[in-house]
Amino acid sequence: MKSLTKKIVTLLTFALVAPIVLTACGGQTATGLEGEIRIDGSSTVFPITEAVAEEFIGLNPDMQIPVGVSGTGGGFKKFIAGEIDIADASRPIKDEEAAAAKAAGIEYLELTVAFDGLSVIVNKDNTWVNNLTTDQLKMIWEPGSKVQTWKDIDSSWPDEKIKLYAPGTDSGTFDYFTEEINGESGAIRQDFTGSEDDNVLVQGIAGDKNAIGFFGYAYYEENKDKLKIVSINDVKPSPKTIEDGTYTPLSRPLFIYVNKASLDKKEVMEFLKFYIENAKDLATEVGYIQLPAKMYDDQLKLLK
Amino acid sequence: METFQQKNIRKRKLKNSILHIVLASIIVFSIIMLLLLLYQVFSEGLSRLSWSFITSMPSRFPDRAGIASALAGSIWTIGLTIIFSVPLGVGTALYLEEYANQKSWWTKLLQLNIANLAGVPSIVYGMLGLAVFVKFLHFNRSILAGALTLTLLILPVIIVASQEAIKSVPSPLKEGSYALGVSKWQTIVGVIVPYAAPGILTGSILAVSRAMGEAAPLIMIGAAGYISFLPKSPLDSFTVLPIQIFNWTSRPQAEFAEIAAAGIIVLLVLLLSMNAIAIVLRNKYQNRMD
Repeated sequence: MKSLTKKIVTLLTFALVAPIVLTACGGQTATGLEGEIRIDGSSTVFPITEAVAEEFIGLNPDMQIPVGVSGTGGGFKKFIAGEIDIADASRPIKDEEAAAAKAAGIEYLELTVAFDGLSVIVNKDNTWVNNLTTDQLKMIWEPGSKVQTWKDIDSSWPDEKIKLYAPGTDSGTFDYFTEEINGESGAIRQDFTGSEDDNVLVQGIAGDKNAIGFFGYAYYEENKDKLKIVSINDVKPSPKTIEDGTYTPLSRPLFIYVNKASLDKKEVMEFLKFYIENAKDLATEVGYIQLPAKMYDDQLKLLK
Repeated sequence: METFQQKNIRKRKLKNSILHIVLASIIVFSIIMLLLLLYQVFSEGLSRLSWSFITSMPSRFPDRAGIASALAGSIWTIGLTIIFSVPLGVGTALYLEEYANQKSWWTKLLQLNIANLAGVPSIVYGMLGLAVFVKFLHFNRSILAGALTLTLLILPVIIVASQEAIKSVPSPLKEGSYALGVSKWQTIVGVIVPYAAPGILTGSILAVSRAMGEAAPLIMIGAAGYISFLPKSPLDSFTVLPIQIFNWTSRPQAEFAEIAAAGIIVLLVLLLSMNAIAIVLRNKYQNRMD
């Protein structure tokens, strides 16, 4: 018993002392920038912020930039509580969130960092659907929708039961689609298969001839061979149509919100400048669509 | 001509062998499922597993991405969770079994609550942790807040398992100790705990393994998805293996699914080695008792 206790004590002492020693031996700052920038929010924006943080830390090894994924809503809650410097958001801040921020004395700056084209997807063997109008989409997805078979949308389409797939109700993607198509964020019919994981939607639609669903363009891009993309109002989503704004209304901007109080910190300011200057390349790299060059200039001006 | 008894015996033997087959196929089914799962994970992830995968930070390039920060975060969180939860859990169990008046309504209420808490979904503990540790006590999104949240999550399981182990200590052993004039505390330390140790360890390790696989409550309290430094103190931000794995599986690129599988292998190895430690400790105590 004695020796065991002794061992445990030694181990604990080591566990407590080792980090202190290691910290003391830590390297010196190369660029003079150090500190922590706290970021949380949308899992859609996460890959862009992660890429920017990765590059920024590569240049400033003493920076710590933990990026959370609590979702757009969860991120704004932490942002309003003053717990984080930057909130990733896949939709604009809601009125009630803006009011809560005001009440809490938090002033913020909204920066647009990239576009995402919400894509409507059907099975590869679906020969009849090539294009849908916004009205037809609404017919399919609105609460209390009467659409049960393809024929209910267009009489020349087959009389087969339509299967619906959509992202989980907590995602900004879901909020944005329902807002744009059904006119109210969160309003949707109840009988669809939902998943927080877009890869599950990809699998579902790829394996079901009568499936239709929607998710971010990046997931289509990676699974092109298994899926068929639908034009909306005769415009096919592509990096070009999403960037120049002709793919509408399902092309959505992605944002970061910055607490203005944090802008006084040099490292936050530098990080944001770096973010906007590199968002074009990094957003494209992780599967999103860059903004037109002029918009990035505007964001930089906003910062100054 | 068969007698009634012979018929009866044949019938019972038949029933016996049917049940045997049913039970055997159930275990074969679960093992096949497990093997399928392992096969899928290993065939996808093994090629991605390398020393640099263990020692690198996460990255947007699957080829460069590693799990160093998640692994360190998991070890920190679980280490602290063990330090908090085992003494608290075993202490509570000892109090309930040895000191508390079993018949009082207060003890019964405690028991009922503990049993119910063991069934509460983990996300609820996440909300509790967010309100109490992150906001009220201002631990922010730190390892400490995460470990305390996980402690709450597994405490009921440890208490119930330890209680069962303590109950199984034969009363002649305890009474023998008392008969020698030994005090209650000495009996607990010298007789009850060593005798119950294998059971307590098994229960605690199972509970801690569960904590190691949790992602939801930690996302709730704000554990990050991307961390590119090794935590140096309990107050640092952190991420854990299950969050990192979840994060990778939800990416559109297929390469991330592969490194997620590699991450799962690391998590499995970590879990198995913890279980192995438990078995070694258990055998040590059991041999001493026999």
